[in-house]
Amino acid sequence: MQTFFQTLFTGLSDGAIYGSLALALVLIYKATEVINFAQGEMAMFTTYIAWSLITHHGFSFWPAFFATLAIAFVGGVALQRTIVRPLERASVLTVVMATIALLVILNGLAAWIWSPQLQFFPSPFPTSSWVVGGVHISKQDVGTFGVVMACVLVLWLFFRFTKLGLAMRAGALNPDAARLLGVRTSWLLALGWGFAAALGAVSGMMVAPTVFLTPNMMQAVLIYAFAAAVLGGLESPVGAVAGGLGLGVMLNMLGQYVHPVTSELRLPVALAILLVVLLVKPAGLFGRVVVRRV
Amino acid sequence: MAALLELDDVSARYGQVAALHGISLTVGEGEIVALLGANGAGKTTTLRAVSGTVRRSGDVVVGGRRLHRAGPEAVARAGIAHVPEGRGIFAELTVWENLRMGAYMRRGRPDFRQALEYFPWLESRRHQQAGTLSGGEQQMLALARAFLARPRLLMLDEPSLGLAPLVTREVFRVVGELNQKEGLAVLVVEQNAAIALAAARRAYVLETGAVALSGTADELRANDAVRTAYLGY
Repeated sequence: MQTFFQTLFTGLSDGAIYGSLALALVLIYKATEVINFAQGEMAMFTTYIAWSLITHHGFSFWPAFFATLAIAFVGGVALQRTIVRPLERASVLTVVMATIALLVILNGLAAWIWSPQLQFFPSPFPTSSWVVGGVHISKQDVGTFGVVMACVLVLWLFFRFTKLGLAMRAGALNPDAARLLGVRTSWLLALGWGFAAALGAVSGMMVAPTVFLTPNMMQAVLIYAFAAAVLGGLESPVGAVAGGLGLGVMLNMLGQYVHPVTSELRLPVALAILLVVLLVKPAGLFGRVVVRRV
Repeated sequence: MAALLELDDVSARYGQVAALHGISLTVGEGEIVALLGANGAGKTTTLRAVSGTVRRSGDVVVGGRRLHRAGPEAVARAGIAHVPEGRGIFAELTVWENLRMGAYMRRGRPDFRQALEYFPWLESRRHQQAGTLSGGEQQMLALARAFLARPRLLMLDEPSLGLAPLVTREVFRVVGELNQKEGLAVLVVEQNAAIALAAARRAYVLETGAVALSGTADELRANDAVRTAYLGY
């Protein structure tokens, strides 16, 4: 039973990271139907910025964390204005290709600026554990889960209760009607990219202490995030987070209790889940099947 | 009467297909003007040319100021509320959220009291998903939402579309009330010429993208061609 709970907590902590990156994907997908393949590399790049602030500029962890969120936000807005917006009238596929190009560019740029070598990224949480009823609960896991969920909560409050958040939802549902009400939808899309970039930065900074910092560190995480987003339904923000948590727990449980599923098999299992969901329930667990009236 | 909206030789096209050939019309302050015509005559396109949702040439002047290549959000900010064909309701949002979007351009906390005077039933349906309202209720919600933007001119595209006659009459009653009590100018596109002419002071009849006839509502009702083609008696 103790192993079960420990696995559960590790799973939730991993899952929170997948979920936050999945949510970043969903934010952009819901507004524009574009899958941002560069989402993981954007997260990696901003994590390098955090690392650079901490190791070269004397920042301690939390100031660096918040500074990085701000930088990521501005970077996301800038990317939308310079690369995505000029392609406004192009097909979705064109924009997706552009994000793939961005993936390769950011990956190369990071290796060029910071070298492709493995770097140690500090964790803000102690390595010790709490022991509750014989169950060791790692402070790392609890901290990671807490930080990610706090960010998700802030974002949810923004979308639920602010005028700008409401306008972003309305603009995603029906951009033409929103513009007729005076909403500058083009800027709201840029804002969406900013939020997605900042959320990605959170997942990058939370995963980096365990996987170490390299230009390729987010590539597997991005696959897990895809699986999580598809599992939850690409249209559903709640689904993305729930899908991430579910996937994290599922992968850790399989690793713990099903012996053939070693850590090398985690990625194939995630992809298998992605495929099965696409085949059996393409709208995802939380998605709705959209019936378009002709 | 000062012209609130003035279209001077406005043309518009969808790709290679021209939809409007040099339309000129005016809407005065506090006036209800109807745009009549058959399917494809260019009624909807005329509204879209004003709100900037279709590319146009020619001058559109609002309150004495020319609208330059303005996108729909800029036209909305100039005081024109366009309730498009199909009403443009955010079906997945609640009634209240739709109304909040109507007040999007206004600063501070939105005050719905003035709108609720005309649409009192909205209050009890505030948490209902807008997509689950009936067609007439959605049309009313679209009206209320447009009114909350405090426009100078309301443009309505086929408010009667898909509605029962009684409901249509109710919609036009509220439009008339907004016009009389709030001094709101209205440009309304309608297939149902009888009800539009009853509500409007003046009307324009469009045929194949040009103004074929114009005059006061009484003049048009008395016109034989209008009677046989649009009123059916």
